[in-house]
Amino acid sequence: MASKTTGDLFEGYRRGGRDQGQAWDEMFDVHGKPRPEYREILVALDQMTQTEFRERTEALASSYLAQGITFDFAGEEAPMPLDAVPRIISPTEWGYLESGVAQRVRVLEMFLEDIYGPGRCIKDGVIPAKLVSTSAHYHRQAAGIESPNGVRVMVAGIDVIRDEKGLWRVLEDNVRVPSGVSYVMSNRRVMGQTLPELFFKMTVRAVGDYPHRLLAALRASAPSGVDEPTVVVLTPGVYNSAYYEHTLLARLMGVELVEGRDLFCTGGRVFMHTTAGPQRVDVIYRRVDDEFLDPLQFRPDSVLGAPGLVEAARRGNVTLANAIGNGVADDKLVYTYMPDLMQYYLGEKPILPNVDTWRLEEPGALEEVLDRLHELAVKPVDGSGGKGLVIGPHASKEELDTLRKTLLRDPRGWIAQPVVQLSTIPTLVDEGIRPRHADLRPFAVNDGNDVWVLPGGLTRVALPEGKLVVNSSQGGGTKDTWVLGRHADADEYDEAREPAIEVAETAEEERPAVERPEDVKPIVVHPAESSRFDLEEQEQQQQQARAEGGRRC
Amino acid sequence: MLSRIAESLFWIGRYIERAESTARILDIHLQLLLEPSEVSEDEACRSLMVVLGSPVEEDLLLTGQHVIDKLTVDPARPGSIAHSLFAARENARRAREIIPSDVWECMNTTQMRMPRRLATEQSHRHFGWVRDRTAMTIGMIEGATSRDETWQFFTLGRALERTDMTARMVATRMLPTRPSWTTILWSCGAYEAYLRTYRGAPKASSAAEFLILDRLFPRSTLYSLRLAEDCLREIDPTVVRAGVNDPAARLVGQLRNQLEYLETDQLAENLHGYVDEIQTAAATISEAIQRRYFQSYAPEWTGDGA
Repeated sequence: MASKTTGDLFEGYRRGGRDQGQAWDEMFDVHGKPRPEYREILVALDQMTQTEFRERTEALASSYLAQGITFDFAGEEAPMPLDAVPRIISPTEWGYLESGVAQRVRVLEMFLEDIYGPGRCIKDGVIPAKLVSTSAHYHRQAAGIESPNGVRVMVAGIDVIRDEKGLWRVLEDNVRVPSGVSYVMSNRRVMGQTLPELFFKMTVRAVGDYPHRLLAALRASAPSGVDEPTVVVLTPGVYNSAYYEHTLLARLMGVELVEGRDLFCTGGRVFMHTTAGPQRVDVIYRRVDDEFLDPLQFRPDSVLGAPGLVEAARRGNVTLANAIGNGVADDKLVYTYMPDLMQYYLGEKPILPNVDTWRLEEPGALEEVLDRLHELAVKPVDGSGGKGLVIGPHASKEELDTLRKTLLRDPRGWIAQPVVQLSTIPTLVDEGIRPRHADLRPFAVNDGNDVWVLPGGLTRVALPEGKLVVNSSQGGGTKDTWVLGRHADADEYDEAREPAIEVAETAEEERPAVERPEDVKPIVVHPAESSRFDLEEQEQQQQQARAEGGRRC
Repeated sequence: MLSRIAESLFWIGRYIERAESTARILDIHLQLLLEPSEVSEDEACRSLMVVLGSPVEEDLLLTGQHVIDKLTVDPARPGSIAHSLFAARENARRAREIIPSDVWECMNTTQMRMPRRLATEQSHRHFGWVRDRTAMTIGMIEGATSRDETWQFFTLGRALERTDMTARMVATRMLPTRPSWTTILWSCGAYEAYLRTYRGAPKASSAAEFLILDRLFPRSTLYSLRLAEDCLREIDPTVVRAGVNDPAARLVGQLRNQLEYLETDQLAENLHGYVDEIQTAAATISEAIQRRYFQSYAPEWTGDGA
C-alpha cells in the first residue's frame, strides 16, 4: 500500500519518537507500519509539510475562537484544542465497540431499575446492600420516580481505553449528565471546513444524527397522555463550563434552553415563563446535577433548579432526563461489579472488559494497595473530570503519604487500579507530531426500544508528554473520531479484530480474584450529605451566583 | 418565547443600535473639534458627553482623546461603543440557541477585535468599522430570522433605541459647538435622503422636521415609533376589542400620535422640549416593556395542592 511519503509530517514519529513505554499506538504497529485503516489518511497527510499542517491547525483554532467554542483555562478563554490528525476506527472494530457499549447501557438501565425498585440484585447477593446505600449518588428521593417508558438512562457516555495489548476496556460509566457530545459534532464540522482533503476517498460515518436521536428519546419518555410534549434543556447558566454544549443541543433540537429561574412548579406540574404567560413543560433534559435540581429535596440554597420539580416528576407530570439518582450506577465501586451484574441480568459475558480494580474494603485489598501505592492509579469513587486521581508512578512521596492516610480513613471512597498505559495517537505538539495518550467516550441514546450509539464519540488526548489524564480541565485536547463506512475491504482488518476475540476469552480471568462478601443487610437509606458534594458542583453553583450578580444597564 | 430570551433579544437590538449611533455621533463631532471655533475643546467635549448620557467630573480638562477613551474603547463605561458591543455579545451568548450561528459568530468576532486603545488619527477608520460590523449583524438578522418573536423583540429594541438616539443627535444642535444641520444630517446618515426630499440647503425647520417627523425616512423618530408600535402589536398575545391594554403600546401610541399631528413650526420653536420629551418617553416605554414581558420571577412554589 502507498505508505511512501513526500512530506515530513511523521518524520519524528517514525524515527522512534515513540518513547511512551509499552503503549499501543493507534496509527502504527510496532514495526512502524501504518495500520490498515490509517493508510488512506497518511497518504493525504503526507501531501502536507509541517508548516502547511500547522497553518491548518491554527485555522481550526481561530474558527473555534470565532464560534465561541472555548473553555476557561486558567482564567483565559481559550479555544477548545482540536488536533487535526483524526482517530480512525475500522467498521469491524466499531461494530464490536458499539455492541459492547449498548450492552453496558442495557445493564446499567436494569441495575438502576432494580436498585430503585425491588432490589433483587441485593437480595440475591450479587452486590452488597451497604455498597449501594453508601454511594454518594444513591438518592432515596429517586425511589418511585420512573419515566413512563421506563428509561432512566436516556444518555450515557461510556469511557473506553485501549490497553498495552490493544484491548478495549471500559474505564468508567457516565450516566448522570455526560458531556462532550457537542465537540463530536463541531469537530466534524470544522474539520470538513478546514481540512476537506482528508475526507477524500474515505467514507466517514456521519455524526449529525445525534440531536434527532436525543429528541426522539426525550419525546418517547414524555408523561403518558401528552401527544406533543414540550421538551426543554435545563442549563445551570452561561458560566457553566458546558454551556456551549447546552446551547448547541437546544439549538439543534429546536427546543428552549431554560435556566432554573425560567421554571416554576404549581399543582404538581412544571411551567416556564414565556412572553405569552406560563407554558407547561413535559420533558426536561437537565444538565444540572441532582443536588441542585430542587431545593425542597436537595440543597436548599440552590438556585439552579426549581422548587417542586422532584414532586412533579414523582407524580409523573414531568420527565427528568437523565433520571435522578443515576449516579449510583456510575459509582466506581459499583463499576467493579458490572461483569457480575451483566451475568446476573443478561446472562452474558461483558463484550468490553473492565480495568482490573481493587475494592479497598475487601480483606487484604487495602494492605496490598498500600504496599504498591507507587505503581497504582487511585481514584475517588464519585469523582469526575480526573479530580482527585493519583497516579502512583507520577506522584511525589508527600502525595503518596497523604493518599495513604486518606485511604485508611475512607476505603469506601476510593478504588485502585494498575496504571494502564492508554494507547497513543499521533498528535501535533510544539515539537511536531508526537505520540500522546488518548481515550474515547462513545455516546449512547436509549429511547426505550433501542440503545443507539453515535458512530465514533469524543477522543480526548492528553497534550503534555506521557500524561495519562485526558480531561480538558487538565490540559487535554480532542480529536475528530472517524468510524469508517462498512464498504471498506474487510480482509484488511484482521489485525484490528484480534483484540475483540481475545477480550471475551480473557475478561473473566483477568479480573483480580477478590472474595464477594455475603452482605445481605437491607438497604440503609441515608439523606444526602453535604460533605460528599464534589467540588465541581460547588463551582457550578458559585459560577451561577456570579451570573446573578451581573446586570445589564 | 421564554421571557428571559425575549429580554436578551430586546437588549441586543438596543445595544447594536446604540453602538452604531454612538459611532456616527462621535465621528462627526471629533472632526468638528479640528475646525477653528470659539468654544474650548474642553467645553465641547464636556457637552458632548452630557448629550450622550455620560457626564464627566469637573476636575479634568477634556480633550478629543478623552472622549475616545471614555466613549469608544472603555468597556467599563456604560454608553461607550466597547460597552455596547460587549453587552450585545453577552446578551447574545445568553440567547445562543435562538440566534442564528452566523449572527452570533459575527457579534463574537466583533467584540474580540474591538481595540483597547485608539489614537485620534485612527478614530475615523474605527468608527467606520463599527458601522460596518453592526450593519453586518443587523443584515444577517434581517436576512435569516423568521418574523416571529425573535425578530419582533430584536426590532423593538432597535426601534426604541433609534427613537432615543435620533433625539440625541438632534440635541447636539444645542451644544456650544452648534454643529450645522448639515453636520447633524450627516451624522444620522440622512443628508442625501434629505437633499432628495427637500432639494435645497438644510435649514432648521425642515431638517428637524425630517429627523423627527418624516414618515418615510427609517431613522426618523416617527418612523421608529411606528415600527415599535407594530412590533408591540405583534408580540401582544391578547386580543382586545377596544382600547389598548399594554401600557408600553399605549405610551408609544400616545407619543407617536402627538408627533404625527404636530405642526413643524411648533416643533422648531420648542425643539429642546420635544427632544427631552422623546428621550424621557423612550425610557418610560422601555420600563413598561420590561414589566410586561421580561418580569423575572423569583423561584416560587405554591405547594402540592391545587
